[in-house]
Amino acid sequence: MSASVGDHLKTGPQLSLRFIAVWLRNLRVWRKLMLPSLLGNFGEPVLYLLALGYGLGQFVGEVESMPYMVFLASGIVCSAAMTGATFEALYSAYTRLTQQQTWAAMLAAPMNVDDVVLGEIAWAATKALINASAIVLVAAVLGLVAGPEALLVLPVILLAGFSFAGIAMIVTAISPSYDFFLYYFTLVMTPMLLLSGVFFPLSGLPDAVGIGAQFLPLAHVVMLVRPLMTGTTVDAPVLHLAVILGYAVGSYWISAALARRRLIR
Amino acid sequence: MAAVTARGLTRTYGTTTVVDGIDLDIEAGECFALLGPNGAGKTTTLRMLLGLTPPSSGEVTVLGEPIPERARAMRERAGIVPQFDNLDPDFSVRENLITYGAYYGARRKAVEARMDSLLAFAELTERADDPIQGLSGGMKRRLTLARALVNDPELLALDEPSTGLDPQARQHIWERMHTLRRQGRTLLLTTHYMEEAERLCDRAAIIDHGRIVACDSPSALIAAHIEPHVVELRGDQAMQWMGRMNAAGDIDAEVRGHAGAGSGLEPLTAAGFRVEPVGETVLIYGDDRDALIQRIEALIGPGYLYRPASLEDVFLRLTGRELRD
Repeated sequence: MSASVGDHLKTGPQLSLRFIAVWLRNLRVWRKLMLPSLLGNFGEPVLYLLALGYGLGQFVGEVESMPYMVFLASGIVCSAAMTGATFEALYSAYTRLTQQQTWAAMLAAPMNVDDVVLGEIAWAATKALINASAIVLVAAVLGLVAGPEALLVLPVILLAGFSFAGIAMIVTAISPSYDFFLYYFTLVMTPMLLLSGVFFPLSGLPDAVGIGAQFLPLAHVVMLVRPLMTGTTVDAPVLHLAVILGYAVGSYWISAALARRRLIR
Repeated sequence: MAAVTARGLTRTYGTTTVVDGIDLDIEAGECFALLGPNGAGKTTTLRMLLGLTPPSSGEVTVLGEPIPERARAMRERAGIVPQFDNLDPDFSVRENLITYGAYYGARRKAVEARMDSLLAFAELTERADDPIQGLSGGMKRRLTLARALVNDPELLALDEPSTGLDPQARQHIWERMHTLRRQGRTLLLTTHYMEEAERLCDRAAIIDHGRIVACDSPSALIAAHIEPHVVELRGDQAMQWMGRMNAAGDIDAEVRGHAGAGSGLEPLTAAGFRVEPVGETVLIYGDDRDALIQRIEALIGPGYLYRPASLEDVFLRLTGRELRD
């Protein structure tokens, strides 16, 4: 009999270093189209940063006792990481799973579904890191970064990339078509983007929203990244890291199980 | 040494049994075909042997490894040519081979050392840096075959290797497969082309409705299941002699599919030949070539087609003639 979702969820993913071959494959493809890809992936967030930062910043003035532009820069770093990882783990991975049958080719080699899923997630996390790094760089050039401790943002973003990619991979693993991704964007991505403190602080919102935001991985990423970029003290870093790590591990576990159910039949 | 053994291999999906208790023993160095109509369970059987589909029940050992438990270790020593080409469209011919080698854990240098011979084998040396999109169907198949050889496999599994190819490309793939067999590799293929199995394979298993209905060398299958000589009547000639066509040239649906009493071929059946109508063709089988041809010449005259019985005759006899989808 085919194993049920429950059966797959009970057995955790088998970890091996084989996933590196998948990551390397995607890196090789990305390198071919590096320039347009970089432009597309970080051009847009930089535009948001400049337009909202200058435009909206004039009316807003200071937020949490820093210029709005400074406040926004750290938020945009986090949201760019989320979008970068999500698009890669949704559209690109889904194309390789269905249209291109790249996954099937990999599975005919000595690779397991768990390796392929981890390789795709690791690559999507790398894309998050690339996108976020570019924006950290732009922010530094614009003088929106407090000091070299802002570099600590990068490992945080990589870990965050794993959790955003993992969550998106759950959607990819169950998706019947590209259209299905719209549910994820409307029901998960957009609310998360708006309610995680990227564009405005959560302090002014009703308590219920603030409490709800504690369940959003992006909110925790922002709470880690903003102090690191603006040179203030991080509040409860272990808690934030634990939540992001929990999402990363949990989402890989679930997405690998769902991908196994889809592919091993 | 056995390359593949399977005992009681079974796969059900819901209430449908796709593979129903298959036993297989394939020797190392043998070329073995799984023959069957569409939907007979060939591909599912192959996928179970390769550890890509878990069996509902049964035991499988391939290259000494229990499957699916140690499928990864087995696949390190095997190459797989899938039914539908899944070459990587983001890469050139050469990059496809290097990338696929990496999936086997092969270092780039190791694959590059084999690159020239792989490209030459696929006759794609000139096209090494071309994108995949520009290749013809035959070239893609050859590259898929070369890709399955990046790890120098002991066992090569090919799922319908020549389906959809033109005759030239097909001949080319067959020639490559002969070469691989001479190199001592075990070849396991699924096909519904009888000619393919007859030319290439030491043994073939005919599968229908998920079961093996016969398994032997092509010549032994022919000897065991069918008369060795066949005469074919085709088109109008067949219709007339079957008595299915009336004076006006219209086909008489009433007597469709009957070769018994009333048919012009009754003298043949009376003489002990087996007469089988298939659509607009009549097949007449006999044990003795001269006797068969003499009778046909006397009764019908020229315009018939004689041929020795083939695996296709056995196949159709064992799996029936109704259309499969």
